[in-house]
Order: sequence, then C-alpha cells, then structure tokens
Amino acid sequence: MAFATHHLGLEHANGLRALHGLDLRLAAGERVAVIGPSGAGKTSLIRLLGCALRPTAGRIELLGHNPWQLSARELRRLRARIGTIHQAPPIPPRLRVITAILAGRLGSWPAWKGLASLLYPADIAGARAALARLDLADRLFDRCDRLSGGQLQRVGIARVLYQQPQLILADEPVSALDPMLADAALGQIVADAEQRGAAVLASLHAVDLALKWFPRVIGLRNGEVAFDLPAGDVSNEMLGELYASEGRVVPTQANDPALLRALGGPDPQAAPRLVRIDSCRGQG
Amino acid sequence: MKSGDDTCPPAGPADFCLSCLLGGAALLLAIVASFAWLDIDFTALATRESAAAMGDFVASFFPPDLAPDFLRKVALGSVQTFAVAAVGTLLAAALGMLVALPAAGRLGAPARALARFALNLLRSVPELVWATLMVLAAGLGPFAGTLALMLHTIGVLGRLFAEAIENAPPAPESSLREAGGGGTVAFVYGTLPLVWPQVIAYSLYRLEMNIRMAAVLGFVGAGGLGQMLYFHLSIFQQAQAATVLMAMLLLVLVVDSLSHLVRGRLAG
Amino acid sequence: MNVAAIDAAAALPLRDPDARRRLGGALLAIVLLWPLLQLAEFRPAALLDASNLRVIGNFLAGFLPPATDAEFLGLLVRATLETLAIATAGITLALFLAAPLAVVATRALSVSAIGPGPGRWRGQALRAACRAILTVLRAIPEIVWALMFVRVLGLGPAAGVLALAITYGGMLGKVYTEILESTDTRPARALLAAGSGRLAALAYGLVPNAAQELTSYTVYRWECAVRASVIMGFVGAGGLGQLMDQSMKMLNGGEASSILLVFLLLVLLADAISAVLRRALA
Repeated sequence: MAFATHHLGLEHANGLRALHGLDLRLAAGERVAVIGPSGAGKTSLIRLLGCALRPTAGRIELLGHNPWQLSARELRRLRARIGTIHQAPPIPPRLRVITAILAGRLGSWPAWKGLASLLYPADIAGARAALARLDLADRLFDRCDRLSGGQLQRVGIARVLYQQPQLILADEPVSALDPMLADAALGQIVADAEQRGAAVLASLHAVDLALKWFPRVIGLRNGEVAFDLPAGDVSNEMLGELYASEGRVVPTQANDPALLRALGGPDPQAAPRLVRIDSCRGQG
Repeated sequence: MKSGDDTCPPAGPADFCLSCLLGGAALLLAIVASFAWLDIDFTALATRESAAAMGDFVASFFPPDLAPDFLRKVALGSVQTFAVAAVGTLLAAALGMLVALPAAGRLGAPARALARFALNLLRSVPELVWATLMVLAAGLGPFAGTLALMLHTIGVLGRLFAEAIENAPPAPESSLREAGGGGTVAFVYGTLPLVWPQVIAYSLYRLEMNIRMAAVLGFVGAGGLGQMLYFHLSIFQQAQAATVLMAMLLLVLVVDSLSHLVRGRLAG
Repeated sequence: MNVAAIDAAAALPLRDPDARRRLGGALLAIVLLWPLLQLAEFRPAALLDASNLRVIGNFLAGFLPPATDAEFLGLLVRATLETLAIATAGITLALFLAAPLAVVATRALSVSAIGPGPGRWRGQALRAACRAILTVLRAIPEIVWALMFVRVLGLGPAAGVLALAITYGGMLGKVYTEILESTDTRPARALLAAGSGRLAALAYGLVPNAAQELTSYTVYRWECAVRASVIMGFVGAGGLGQLMDQSMKMLNGGEASSILLVFLLLVLLADAISAVLRRALA
C-alpha cells in the first residue's frame, strides 16, 4: 500500500482551509492523477503526502507507517523512499546539473559519501542515464543557472528518477515544457514507475495529459474530493463541474483532434469549453 | 487647525526649533568641555621652537633608507605581514562558517543565543587587545598576530555568514531534508551554494582590512612591518622608518588591487 | 529518446571535465599556503608550551575578580573621560580639515561645469588635487600617526587628537564629497547659474538636503573615533588604552579585566548615543 489517508485535513495558520475530509487510498504500483482548478489544494495534498507538512486533522499512512509517529531517523529513512517532483525545482543556481541530480540519493548515502561527491561526482554514469531519459544528457556538467526554465524542470524530474523512490509525488511536473516534451517526460515518469513497481501521484493542469497517462483520476475542488474514478469514467459533465469556478474552461495541452472531439461530446451546448494552453514558458 | 485663525502665529523666520537650539548648545558644550579636560597646550604647539622641532622631525624621514640589505629585510617583513593577514583570515573564514551554523539557528534557539554572544564578544574586543593577550599565550612573534586577527575576524565573519545563511531561501535545503537527507549534506548541497558568493566577498573584504591591521599589530610584538616600524622609531631611526612606511602603503595597495581583481573575476 | 541512444549514452564512461582544474587549484593553494604558514611562524604547539601556559594561566586567573579598589576606579573614570574627550576633540579638528576640503573637492559646486564655461581644466585640477590630499590623509592608519606624534610630543592625549584629526579628516572629507554629490544638486546649480557665490549655493542649495546624511555619518565616525582612541592609547596616546597597556605590561589580570569591561560598556554606550542621535536627526 503506497498511502492511505483518513479524514485528512489541512488548515493554514490564517484559518484558510486547504483540505478537508480526504479519504484516499493508493495501492503499491498504482498510478493516479489529481486535477482541479487553481487553489483546489493539489499542492497541499502533495506536501502532506511528502511529509513536508503535518496534517491538522485526520491521519495519514505512508508506505505502511504513520510518519508523524516515527523517530527522527526512521522518518528520514521513510522520506528517502518518497520522491517529490516540484513545479519549480528548488535547486541553487550555482550548482552543476550533475550535483543536482546526485542529490537525489543523499537520503540513502552516508554523509561522507555525499560530501565526497562534491569533490568528485560519485556516480556519473547513473546521473547521465537519468538525464538521458529526458533528452538532456549533453548538459550534464553545465551550471543550473545556464538552463532554461523547462530544462531545469527536467533536471528536477531526473533527480527524482535517480532517487528511485517507491512513491513518486509530482506537483505539476511538466508545466514549463512544450506539449511534445511534456508528453514525453510524463511517459518517462510512468515507464520508470512501471519498471520498478513504484506508485505515482501526479497533479496536472492539463486534463488531457492526465486522462492519457493515468488509469485513475481524482478531481479536487475547494479542498475536497469531487470524484475519484477510472479515467474512462470521467465525463465532460464532471469536468465542467470541476472547473465551474474557471468558467467551465477545461485546460488541455495536446493538439490531438480526436481527443479534443472526444472531450467535446455530442451536445456542443452542454459541453465544457476546451482551451488549448500553449506553454508560454519557452520551448523547455 | 482652523483656517484664518489669528491665534496661530504665521510661519516664517521667527519659527525656530527649540530642541535644535538646545541640542546644538549641548554639542558645543561637549566639545568645549573635551578640549578643556584634555588641557592640551596648543599655544606651545604653535611656538617657533615646536614648529622647528616638527619640521626637523619630518625632514629626518627623508631620504628613506634604500640600502639593498635593508630593503631585503623590509621585503621579508612585508611578506610576513601578508602571511599573518592571509592565514588569520583563512582560518577565521573556516571557523567562522562553523560557528555561523548554530548562530543561524540550525542547532536550536539556545545554541543560537550562545553562538551569537560568543561572536559579539570576539568582535567587540579590538584586534590590538587580542594581540596583547595572544602575546602572553603564544609568545612574541607573528603567531600571536595571526591568532589575534583570527579571533577578531571569526566574530566579524561569523556574524556576516550567519546573517547570509538566515536570509537565504530555505527551499533548496528543506527539499533535500524532505527527501531524507541529513542536516549536514542538506546544508552543503542546499544553502551553501546560495551563500558562497557572499562568503567569498566578505572574506576578501576582510582580508583587505586585516592587511592594515596586521601591519599595526607588530606594535605590540606581533612581528612583520609593524614591529620593524616600532623598533626604528623607538631608536629614532626615521630614515628606516620611512622605508617601512612606504612598504606598508605599497602592501595595502597591492592587496587591495588583487582582491578587487579576484572579486571581479568571481562575480563574472 | 530511443532506447538505443540511452543505452549508448550510458555505456560511455564519462570523466568530470572540471576535475583536473579543481585538482590543479587545490595543489596551487597548498603550494602557496605552506610557505605562508612558515612565514607566519604558525605553531599551534606554542599555545601548549609550559611557560606560556603558566603566564597566560596566571594572567587569566587574575581576571576574576576585576579590580575595584577606589584608587583604581578613580583612574578608570579619568581614563574613560579622557578617551571620550580625545574622540570628541579629534573629530572636531577633523571637521575643520574635512569641511573646506570637501567643499573645494565636490563637483556639485563647480561653476565651470554649468555650460560648460571657462576654467574647466583648472577646476578639475583643483578638485583632483583635493581628492589626492584626502586620500593621502587616509592612507596611513591613525595608530601610526599616533606613534609618530608620541615621539615628537611625548606621551599623552595630544598625539591621539592630532592623529584622529588627520586620518578622520581624510575619511570625513571623502564621504562629505560623495554625499554632496549624491544629493539633488539642482538647487545648488540653479543658484550658481543665477550668479550666487559658492558658499551661498552650498548653504542654501546643498546643505538643507544633505544635512541629515552628513550629520549621521559624522556621528557614526565619532563612535569609531571612541574605539580608535582606546587603541591609540596602546602606543601612549592616553585614555583607556594607555591604562590597559600599563596593566598588561605588569601582568595585572584584575585591572585588565576591569578596563576591558569598561571598554565594552563604553562601546555599547557610544553605539547607543550614536543610534539615538541618528534617529533624532531623521
């Protein structure tokens, strides 16, 4: 079992309720996408699942443990088995790409190895392999501040691929990539998880990507679960409801006419409007 | 304030600030009291004899002694002064970084208070006072100077480093901790690269200051150019003292330019 | 991103291209560091030398309790007041030196710059000469001046006051020049263009805007002067420094710790006064 939550809730210090009453379950090796409008609580959910925040209500169980009842050392070991792909990778600009990627295994390496790796990288081949999956292998020894936003995002993905965690949490991992690269990167994440039997939870802005790559989709709205269904059972009506606060505009990324038509549905009047979002953050 | 109210005095030259006047008077009083307390006989300084004595004193510095043997000694003294400053600053940067970690709160609040207190103490005691203490602890010579500079500079750099660490964005380090990394590696991979340019800049700036200080610490027996200057002035050898003074100025100039160069290259 | 390419890339053993440069840098650093350590006579073992330990041990043992006998406290109070007086008098004399030099050296009062008019080269030369004088005044540390003045004038506060006057005159002059140039110079230029004298332009055009910054920096320098006065005392220029030098030469730990405490308090006091004054001026 990858994770299970019981009545999970998160309330911010200023009283704002980010999440409320979440009962979710993810089996080992399962993949699920989380979609929803801005402010729905997707990032909060991922931070809770990544043990970055303590829930203010309810319980959470990760890889069979309750993280907040573990000792400090056991919590560290648990965290090393969970990998979070951030939307904006928190990588210091002066760091070289190889160091940023190797940092993924700092949780499992002894401290001396982590420090020695700064003098001479401990595993150049492994880092290169992770980066090659994202088509960026030639930038292995460049400094991170020489990369574009999309390239940096791919380095963040490579770091988690190198970490080889049992649970991959992805917070809008491809938001800065153009449609083709975004599709390919998601494909790599999914392939890696399948190969190792890891579970994946990814929050995505583009609904078509979510429906394409993930067999199960959770819709989050105002901090509550709107629906939790297999991808095939998600109807346009549900999508329209979900994005009602954004004028029933359902964001997509791909330019696949068949997919757009399928999402369009038979009744153009009742159908939610579909908008293709071109990544304006560069060609990644 | 009601308009057209003739109980309000019109604004104009008559409007003055009473507190300014009182403050100015107090300042003047303090200055006059200072001169009075010191009881310096300025008239004695202005007499023809003392002017002549001053003139003779200044003239005795020229021409400076440029004999090759003496120049070699001065050169050695210069390099020794540089060595004292360089080693002292280097050690202070390393140890200062170590103390900066608790001072930035990485080991909890009580450790932070203790570290900050220690840094303040090291900083507040002037280098010269440290030097007199270190001469007792390590004997006369440049080692005492190195220790004195090191101790004082740990206070200065430690505090600057701690502030830089506290101001650095926490996201890189916390994301590494959340991925299971230990405290040390998370700091080294996450925050250190962010503050590294400031660490170098502050250390180089401090090196420039310390060169000037290292020359002066010799006055209390810490070797180098300072000790030479003190010695030659004590036995009234002004010509030699002039050479040492020129060497001090040259050393400061050279180190300032080099430091400027290195900082310019690192910033690029 | 085909599988063959990935495999091919992974099969290539790669070396870190920066490694050689880093190794070279490290070797260079060691090669430079070793002679420096020798020159600085870096011998940590000296700290554990038996005779040194005895000396510093006795001295530190005498630190507590700090000397508090009435005669010594009297000396302490006099020395503290003397230090404050040296700092204040020194800054005052420095002002007399700095203000005229700054007024001549600043570009903000240049009449020839308006236009530009005649006399530009002469004006620039004069300003450059003033800046050179200010740099020369600053070049030698005040304690060196103090040492030399002690040789001529004998022990006592006069040496410290004159040393401060010279070096701090240079520092104040340089910063005053910069402050005058960085404030809004249009009022002054307008006055000069209308034919007013330079002093009038200064008084009515520049000083009102710059007064706060000028006084703020002067107060900050006074605080530095208090510390410098103590340090100059070590070469015989009076005040707390001279007292502490005497106590340490006699290895009197109790007196030294008293003086040190008073010095730390004095620095705090000067810092507080400086902060209050600067806030009042804001």
